[in-house]
Amino acid sequence: MVQKKLREKAKELLSKKEVDLIIGFGEGSQPLRATPVFVRTPEEADRLVWNSFCENNLATYLHKFNRFKVGIVVKGCDARSVTALALEKRFKPEQIVLIGIPCQRMIDRKKLKKAVKGEIVKVREEGDKIIVSAEDGEVVLRRDDFLYPLCKACTHRNPVQETLLVGDRVEEAALTGPNPEAREFEKKSPEERWAFFEKETDRCIRCYACREACPMCYCTECFVDSSNPKWIEKSLSPSDLQFYHIVRAYHQTGRCTNCGACERACPMDIRLTYLTQKLNQEVEELFQFETGVDPGALPPLSTYKADDPQEFIK
Amino acid sequence: MEPTWEPKILAFLCNWCSYAGADLAGTSRIQYSPNIRVIRVPCSGRINPLFILKALQNGIDGVLVSGCHPGDCHYLTGNYIGRRKSATLKRFLEYLGVEEGRVQFSWVSAAEGGKFSQVVDEVTRDIKKLGPPKHFAKQMRVQGV
Repeated sequence: MVQKKLREKAKELLSKKEVDLIIGFGEGSQPLRATPVFVRTPEEADRLVWNSFCENNLATYLHKFNRFKVGIVVKGCDARSVTALALEKRFKPEQIVLIGIPCQRMIDRKKLKKAVKGEIVKVREEGDKIIVSAEDGEVVLRRDDFLYPLCKACTHRNPVQETLLVGDRVEEAALTGPNPEAREFEKKSPEERWAFFEKETDRCIRCYACREACPMCYCTECFVDSSNPKWIEKSLSPSDLQFYHIVRAYHQTGRCTNCGACERACPMDIRLTYLTQKLNQEVEELFQFETGVDPGALPPLSTYKADDPQEFIK
Repeated sequence: MEPTWEPKILAFLCNWCSYAGADLAGTSRIQYSPNIRVIRVPCSGRINPLFILKALQNGIDGVLVSGCHPGDCHYLTGNYIGRRKSATLKRFLEYLGVEEGRVQFSWVSAAEGGKFSQVVDEVTRDIKKLGPPKHFAKQMRVQGV
């Protein structure tokens, strides 16, 4: 079982003092949730869990521990974020010990909650089944029906770089084509697209949870907090909300790994990943770049090629 | 009588090529549309996408970014870096639903006064066709302006 192997591996690393700290997932205070835990001693390693709700991207926390040698539990997408951050010199790659887990694809808890009547008390997983105990009794559901759309399109479930692998490699076969939301959205007319964007961003309460959840959003002073120059007013006017969402997404150009942490963090259920998916698609089409896959490839916006596409320039 | 609407277009011109190109157009007395407001920047690679968005938010009808031809950059690679930013930003804005042509890009060298006037005329014509932006611009606070 992956969880048992994970705890053993963590104990080994901590008792041999190969790492100062392990960042992993622990049991959440509610069913369907896992919480980040920071394990410092071998005894504490039993707090680590692994299930289909370990959805956060733990690479976010690496910034806070960049003076330590850190072990971090990563899925395919998280591992790519770590590589992308190392490329941006957030830490030295040798500081990080990746404990890679081939991802079984994560379950959309909001979708699951909607499908089950009454409050969910406990959730168990058995193979491709989820057994949900709710107030009214037990329900057995098919796992594949409740996956995150992003996870369905995932092509990097196994960590791409060298890691201490826990669990067996899974076969890389996406259930849908790449960037499904972006491809769907592109088919609409420009007016429809703007109307959709407006409708989504209109709900934004500017809590910045999307920014906090994202491992790539680490600026010491975010453009929304800067007062000189003051890029954006602290208002809830639709224009400012749109401005925030355009720039937040655009800053991910060539850096996003499609982990979906931003969208899951949103308390208002704003669709966000269709924005970053488009940027990933652009970067792949224009510059043949995929984030965090090649540890030697520079981020696309900090380099160039003489023959980059320029048919749009007069 | 309602005055006819004239677009306000913001042009970011690089100091070394396009700004000199605009200067040449002026000293050569070439006529072009008076709709542009020029901001001189050191290099087209200096353009932060925030500049363009902020301009659109503050009620500018169109943006033109112009720099040196590839290979001619005063800082050697600035316009190459700028080109990548422009390509991704332009595609992204169009994906969101901003009209094609609202934000435009060009290469104008210091010797191309004629091309500069042509580009400005083309951009002005495009923006006039699009009309004032329907979304994103902040509402004017003062009535009747």
